[in-house]
Amino acid sequence: MKYLERGYAELDELPPFPSEERLKKKPVAYIECPQPIPCSPCYEACPANAIKMENINDPPVVNYEKCTGCMNCIRVCPGLAIFMLRLREDGKGEVTLQYELLPWLKKGDKVELLNRKGEVVGIGIVNWVLPPERNDQTSLVRVEMDTKLIYEVRAVRKVKE
Amino acid sequence: MVKVVDGRLVEHPILKFNRGKEVTIYFNGKPIKAYEGETVAAALYASGVRIFSRSFRWHRPRGFFCAIGKCSACMMEVDGIPNVRTCKVYVRDGMQIKTQSGFPNAEKDFFGVMDKLIDRIFPHGSQYTKFNNKIFREMLISRLRSFAGFGNAPKVEFSGNADYEEIECDVLVIGGGPAGMSAAINAGKYGAKVLLIDENPNLGGQLVKQTHRFFGSAKHRAGTRGIKIAKILEEELRKIPNVDIRLETKAFGIYGKIVGAVEKSKLLRIIPKKIVVVTGAYERTLIFENNDLPGVYGAGGVQTLMNVYGIKPGNRGLIVGSGNVGLILSYQLLQAGVEVAAIVEAMPRIGGYFVHAAKVRRLGVPIYVRHTIIRAIGKDHVRGAVIAQLDDKWRPIPGSEKKIDCDFICVAVGLSPTHELLYQAGCKMKFVPELGGLVPLRTKFNETSVEGIYVAGDVAGIEEATSAIMNGRIAGIHAVIALGLGGEMAKKELKESLRDLEEFRAGPFGERIICGIEKCILAKEVEI
Repeated sequence: MKYLERGYAELDELPPFPSEERLKKKPVAYIECPQPIPCSPCYEACPANAIKMENINDPPVVNYEKCTGCMNCIRVCPGLAIFMLRLREDGKGEVTLQYELLPWLKKGDKVELLNRKGEVVGIGIVNWVLPPERNDQTSLVRVEMDTKLIYEVRAVRKVKE
Repeated sequence: MVKVVDGRLVEHPILKFNRGKEVTIYFNGKPIKAYEGETVAAALYASGVRIFSRSFRWHRPRGFFCAIGKCSACMMEVDGIPNVRTCKVYVRDGMQIKTQSGFPNAEKDFFGVMDKLIDRIFPHGSQYTKFNNKIFREMLISRLRSFAGFGNAPKVEFSGNADYEEIECDVLVIGGGPAGMSAAINAGKYGAKVLLIDENPNLGGQLVKQTHRFFGSAKHRAGTRGIKIAKILEEELRKIPNVDIRLETKAFGIYGKIVGAVEKSKLLRIIPKKIVVVTGAYERTLIFENNDLPGVYGAGGVQTLMNVYGIKPGNRGLIVGSGNVGLILSYQLLQAGVEVAAIVEAMPRIGGYFVHAAKVRRLGVPIYVRHTIIRAIGKDHVRGAVIAQLDDKWRPIPGSEKKIDCDFICVAVGLSPTHELLYQAGCKMKFVPELGGLVPLRTKFNETSVEGIYVAGDVAGIEEATSAIMNGRIAGIHAVIALGLGGEMAKKELKESLRDLEEFRAGPFGERIICGIEKCILAKEVEI
């Protein structure tokens, strides 16, 4: 469990990514929750039965073929550990993540893209927002970025004007 | 950035701060602006006061530590009454507050020079051995005691009403946190006459500062923020007519079948059939150089200041300890627009949940495992800290020291059960490191070695709020069954609640708790 020495997980400690083909179809939930902890809201929220969890302490396993991209799980995850990934036909990638900081983000905002270690890896544009008041103060933010960045961008910060 | 006016947060991503009417309080004669609903300590902190008292021997400056009435570092004279914990008293227009140690006051204390001199002239205990003349010695000791600054007794006689009330009830619950509310709800719903007392002016215990969403299963309100869980439980509790709630009421002792308590200025003599002790825990501190400097705070103290009263604790903080409390606090600081310089952890790995660590790490907060804090830097307030790496034998590695820029330090190195009441009541206690310290022996239904006294929540072993709610439920239901109430329904629910808890603790985080509980489980099994 090397990830507990660093505070972030390397790719070999995380579940495999959905195939490129699947990512192109529609958004898919990718869960970075490798540690067994007593938590199951994502499993209970999934209407498609795509999240497997035999015991409340099991880490969730997503069946990418069953996942419909409905975002019920990302709305409730208390660990901010779920990300919706998508590859668009026009060659851009999208990551949807939970956002609980001020200032709130709006559609069209320019954001710095941060990887799992908090390093800035690029600039993205917010293209959709679920406002905080509609989801118990946890806003959902969809950010447009270069395709290869969807595998590492896990946080965003508004660019200072 | 988060907007701050007069040291107070005016916006927050999760919380809304509804401040009361503006009032003026006087601190050592100086007027200070405050808002109704703030405690004296919170209002003073917002106005920039950092030194709340002086240590009684060396006259070193002291700030607050816990902010929940446990550490005594914030004691002052309020409207003529000495030794008032200012973190527990709400402001009132025209309130007169004086620091009670130091000359002329604690902030500017000429006796602060003692810190440099006293050990050279009067080494520890020398007042008893240095002088042969008995009269002179006794005079000196009495002078030293008044010099120590434990306040002066009020000069006017008490003129209020000294009321007294006797209350009989089926179940007395001491503590209104998650475990206490859960115990009261579950005992009350089966018809028991319940009295719930809490020393705070509001219910909820430490839930009132937990802005994060809770873990667990949806059945146990996972995905709901702690602040909301407190409200849900309170609503549920207030709906039950046979539950009497007394706030600002402190239990001071259990004497056989009688419990003594003080409600504001009224003495209560409570005669319960069963008692559930859910007094919670207090924060531990850590030994390092200058750990008493104002600016070294308990993690929970900072949470109280920031999430309950909306006061910005500082600009840049260092977090010592990477358990869930330290990790969650780091995230809450970022949400309040406070920078987090680093999280240091002496163990070789992060102690809390990985997802909590990941969400601060990805916002750029460095986490140093196998590191510890060596000293706090600053004269009358923290201006920085020195951390160092530890070797396999937990010794700092020379040359690995790093200076961290910060203006406050949060100590999040765990909690200890507030066990005093149980100890006084004669419950058999045992030191169990896995559970955080001295804990009572108990049956699987949470009854202690003294028949009729139950425990739940952190006082039974440091865990977290969800399991505290489950344990409160077990204690409450078992108490009513023992009283002959509830019938088959209660027995069925008791079995179900035991199974829920077992399932919840089945993972690696529960393993340690189970291991600790095995050490203090009472063989005495009560038939249901």
